[in-house]
Amino acid sequence: MTFEYSSAPESKAIVKINSLYKLYIGGKFIAPKSGKSFITINPATEEVLAKVAYAEKSDVDRAVKAAQAGLKIWSKMAPAERGKYLYRIARIMQERAREFAVLETLDNGKPIRETRDVDIPLAAAHFFYHAGWADKLEHAGVGTNPKPYGVVGQIIPWNFPLLMLAWKIAPALATGNTVVLKPAETTPLTAMLFAEVCEQAELPAGVVNIVTGDGATGAAIVNHPDISKIAFTGSTDVGKLIARSVAGTGKGLTLELGGKGANIVFEDAPVDETVEGIVSGIFFNQGHVCCAGSRLLVQENIQEELLEKLKRRMALIRLGDPLDKNTDIGAINSREQLTKITELANSGDEEGALRFSTDCVIPSKGFWFAPTIFTGVTQAHRIATEEIFGPVLSVISFRTPQEAIEKANNTPYGLSAGIWTDKGSRILWTAKHLRAGVIWANTFNKFDPASPFGGYKESGWGREGGRHGLSAYLKGAK
Amino acid sequence: MANSSPRLDVKKTYKLFIGGAFPRSESGRTYEVKNSEGLFIANPSLASRKDLRDSVVAARAAQDGWGSATAFNRGQILYRIAEMMEGRTSQFVDEIVALEGVTQTAAKKQVEDAVDLWVWYSGWCDKIGAIYGSTNAVSGSFYNFTIPESLGVVATFAPTKPSLLGLVQAIAPVLAGGNTLIAIASEKYPLPAITLSEVIGTSDVPRGVVNILTGSSAELAPWVGSHMDIDGVDASGLTASQEKNLRVAGADNLKRIFRFKESQSPARVLAFMENKTVWHPIGV
Repeated sequence: MTFEYSSAPESKAIVKINSLYKLYIGGKFIAPKSGKSFITINPATEEVLAKVAYAEKSDVDRAVKAAQAGLKIWSKMAPAERGKYLYRIARIMQERAREFAVLETLDNGKPIRETRDVDIPLAAAHFFYHAGWADKLEHAGVGTNPKPYGVVGQIIPWNFPLLMLAWKIAPALATGNTVVLKPAETTPLTAMLFAEVCEQAELPAGVVNIVTGDGATGAAIVNHPDISKIAFTGSTDVGKLIARSVAGTGKGLTLELGGKGANIVFEDAPVDETVEGIVSGIFFNQGHVCCAGSRLLVQENIQEELLEKLKRRMALIRLGDPLDKNTDIGAINSREQLTKITELANSGDEEGALRFSTDCVIPSKGFWFAPTIFTGVTQAHRIATEEIFGPVLSVISFRTPQEAIEKANNTPYGLSAGIWTDKGSRILWTAKHLRAGVIWANTFNKFDPASPFGGYKESGWGREGGRHGLSAYLKGAK
Repeated sequence: MANSSPRLDVKKTYKLFIGGAFPRSESGRTYEVKNSEGLFIANPSLASRKDLRDSVVAARAAQDGWGSATAFNRGQILYRIAEMMEGRTSQFVDEIVALEGVTQTAAKKQVEDAVDLWVWYSGWCDKIGAIYGSTNAVSGSFYNFTIPESLGVVATFAPTKPSLLGLVQAIAPVLAGGNTLIAIASEKYPLPAITLSEVIGTSDVPRGVVNILTGSSAELAPWVGSHMDIDGVDASGLTASQEKNLRVAGADNLKRIFRFKESQSPARVLAFMENKTVWHPIGV
């Protein structure tokens, strides 16, 4: 007798999707000057969700002007009052959490379980956390008279749309800056819903401005002379491009970029918990996570046992309708990303690694990729060096702790790493030698507004979250 | 000993400081340094790209040891540099007076300030983590902390003058943070930097931790910018256009590049440190 899951879809009725979303500039929803728009689709069904305004340089100009006007009010406001606006925003996000969760799942393709339990609550928590900083900036470790940059330009990715918005906007506002934010081209909808939250919170006009568009829109933000600081989350290639663009301009710049995180499993690791950690490390959010544990470094003598258990566990992963509350893996965010994952996985086959994918049913429409691991991976393989940004894990073995460190650090990235062992001194030794900004020991993919997040080496500049992240929005701060 | 000729000074050959040794430039090049009255003083090395690359190799090899030395140990060694410098005060004063053309009093003040700056940064080694690290109150059953760690290999461009103090304010904070470095000395007034390398060579600083090059900042800056094994740069001594070009080239490996105004600030230490956050579950 086999047990089957019944479908348990979350209702879409809670969210009303407009047919057209305009730009949010100076507290108003306005059409772009060109009148151009683009569409955003549900990647699980390929159905069009809405038309979205396309912002060009002249629209970015308008947004920056609005942000400058907003700055006059915002930077002069009593800090405690500024904080209270952020508290309001946090509360409204909590009140409308389910609406946000459903909309995020529709636009992004990630499972409702994750938007409902992770993305949205954490986004609200970011505002709540930073609200409390607004009137305590002199305690932020950056001197007694910290100053905001002014107008901050923020460009965010599609993998955690609302959460990345919160990571960017909450600290910027708490420190007295105003923002021009561009959500990712494929996931603009929750940002536009956030604009409604700003309205409900009666946030002064121009404090938050949201312009939708593509890379050209982002470039107009990066190169705008009246923007004092850029904060970007996305690929390392684009991050470097931005770093070159702002060189010599005196603009502040923080970058959260790619990663190729090593998840290191020592022979004494508690196997069942480790398997859960590996699964969460690479299959959480379809592997669209910059800090994913995409390289599994496993001590040679337990490799066989661990992989057997991992494969058994992988067979239980449920891929399918992102709105179904039982779904573990949703849709890949775009056709473009699916092509990239497929191409990199194929390179794994071609270079001689051994592929294992679960034989889950792939829906006929939408973009999907079955959970996959590669064994027999060498350090030279593309799947061991390049960020795949998908549910694909490369397994590499090691014999000694020194070898594990060497292999883990053998990457230009340095965002995250995991350590699985029962031995406390080994955790601390390993953590000390890993060149990565976030180390999860006997856990993985945990995030919190109070916890600084960000990378070493080519994974970025600066931190987000905690006091360290806050200080990146204060001038002269280190 | 019937010879009554006046004694001839034994002059010093001013050389580079790479990996604990004092080589000439592999290029064989030197340049002429004159005193403030335009008279010849010395022919220091005109460091080449290859000298820079050799220095980076030495600095990288030394980084793990220096970065993981205890903070107490690093602090003692920086303090030792101050001790050694103090004993060489008159030599530094002579060089500064000759080159910069300042008064004895001003030169002496510069040396004393430089010595005191070593002492000040020495004391930061074992405090920077306590002040700028944190334990983070995350919402869950986890212990979570953030600590600043060394960035790696850093290159510093000291300002033209004050030649000695400018160099010390560039390198002392970088060393306090556990980094190894390549210092490009004041191009016009390089002699105190070379004398400082002799001080460092006798202060228990492990070889390769400090490397000092003399020569042309304009020539070396692009190679520093494009070197993929340099992690950070103090660009304080560069012109705005040199700094811009360095930033463009440095984007290839996302170098951390800074220009500082303050000479005495923990921000100079923190600029070349990375914050690492570690999570662990709490349970029985």
